[in-house]
Amino acid sequence: MALTREEVGRVAVLARLALTHDETDRLTHHLNDLLGQFAHLQELDTEDVPPTSHAVPVQATLREDVARPSLPREAVLANGPQVDPEAGGFIVPQVIGE
Amino acid sequence: MPEYETRVGMECHAELLTESKMFCGCRNEFGGEPNSRTCPVCLGLPGSLPVMNKKAVEHVVRTALALNCTISLHSIFHRKNYFYPDLPKGYQISQYGNTPIGTNGWLEIERADGTTKRIRITRVHLEEDTGKLIHSDGAGYSVVDYNRSGVPLMEIVTDFPPDIESAEEARLYAETLRSVLLYLQVSDGKMEQGSLRAEPNPSVRPVGSDTFGVKTELKNLNSFRSVQRGIEYEAKRQIEVIEGGGRVVQETRGWDDDKGVSFSQRSKEVEQEYRYFPEPDLIPLDFDVKWLDSLRESLPELPNEKKRRLAEQYGLPASDAAQLVLERETADFFEAAAKGAKDPKAIANWMLGDLARLANAESVPVHATQVTPGALAGMVGLIESGAITGKIAKSVLEEMVATGKTAAQVVEEKGLTVSGADEVAGIVANVVAANPDVVAKIKAGNDKSIGFLVGQVMKESKGRAKPDDVNRLLKDEIAKQ
Repeated sequence: MALTREEVGRVAVLARLALTHDETDRLTHHLNDLLGQFAHLQELDTEDVPPTSHAVPVQATLREDVARPSLPREAVLANGPQVDPEAGGFIVPQVIGE
Repeated sequence: MPEYETRVGMECHAELLTESKMFCGCRNEFGGEPNSRTCPVCLGLPGSLPVMNKKAVEHVVRTALALNCTISLHSIFHRKNYFYPDLPKGYQISQYGNTPIGTNGWLEIERADGTTKRIRITRVHLEEDTGKLIHSDGAGYSVVDYNRSGVPLMEIVTDFPPDIESAEEARLYAETLRSVLLYLQVSDGKMEQGSLRAEPNPSVRPVGSDTFGVKTELKNLNSFRSVQRGIEYEAKRQIEVIEGGGRVVQETRGWDDDKGVSFSQRSKEVEQEYRYFPEPDLIPLDFDVKWLDSLRESLPELPNEKKRRLAEQYGLPASDAAQLVLERETADFFEAAAKGAKDPKAIANWMLGDLARLANAESVPVHATQVTPGALAGMVGLIESGAITGKIAKSVLEEMVATGKTAAQVVEEKGLTVSGADEVAGIVANVVAANPDVVAKIKAGNDKSIGFLVGQVMKESKGRAKPDDVNRLLKDEIAKQ
């Protein structure tokens, strides 16, 4: 099952990537090569292998619920390309909804 | 027009009561200066790594246990990818698929008529809250505050097909769930601050239909009342759309509580593509069965159990018990006051009646006025012993709420105690002497006229005498004439 140009275009939109016609062609070809590799892996019999999200069997390390100092606000806001000093926040495009 | 029936799925989010955020040490609080509680982790700065808060995990496990869920012994986290400025990382860490912390539980609700129903719960999972967008009119832009970014958030979802069959059942479910969270002390349950958020998915279908109608998702419901009103409105709207030959559109709708209407926010016709995948920065949670057992054993008595016990142990009507257990502190107050009381029902009546009214006027819960459980029990004791009447007790309680004094102190200071026999006898003698015509009627056999004299005596004694005593004294006095 090969990926179509349209599917690649849709994935690009989701990733907020603006692809040219040529790039879309090239990436469609590229991704289909990759899927070919996976198709090869699919040939393996994994019937008795449980789904694996992490390759190394280690226990999660949990943190005690202790509060620590946060960054100074000035330092935080200094990273923003655009800030509203009065509101004390980062400026983002106006969004409606939630 | 065919008859329609409503079905409601419920998604509830609760911010967890912890000192620090889910994956970093920033303080977990409400309000404050925007962006005053952030760090590289909750700002999604490159190179930062999340470390899970043990308390938050424990809160979710305890909730899942209290909701009769199966706990996934191996539970993993996922990235939910989407671009929106409330998420600095470009993804939310959540739990997707079939290994959330809790699955397949239930919560029992009790309807007004006393019948109960189990609402099945499909999942209880742990995720992180997002930042908050502040929209200012006319500025042409929005401002984002990341104080809430990374606050531990629990999501509780009911099972499909939905068990909830009315707006009222949805409200009861939300209320009961909030009680459970308060009892477990995992959330402050404040809907008005958004730390508990209920998002119902109502749909309607003609009675007898074997498929479900298209659902809409309701947001901005800031109280239990708006949960019920919002669903009632939405069900009616959906029926009107269908009856008008239209089609219900699957979408998110906001609720305007002032206008009492819902409005379209976002179409969900195209399933959002979140491209979930296992979170590589977090190791899966592997739970130890012994640890789970110890958590299960340490669960407090939950609201439904407490309700049954209070009704049985203290002989309370189910409706009183249901009101008393909504908040754990209220139930504790009642038990402290009712311990050793002759008539626990009277304690409950005063709590749910006058004390609740007075507390409400001060905008505090019934357990948080200046009246202690012991003081309330003392006041009821004074009524039982005949030292004060129920009518006097009403004003005594008002004074107790205002000053924090005991009933005995108030009665003493205000001279409210039932007058001594001598004083009442004096009033009785005066009233009899002043109304010879009425006395004559009574002597002639018109027993009803005595009510007038009782009223006169009560008036003279300013309500402090007890009607039974007055009746007896009057009969004695008239017999002497």
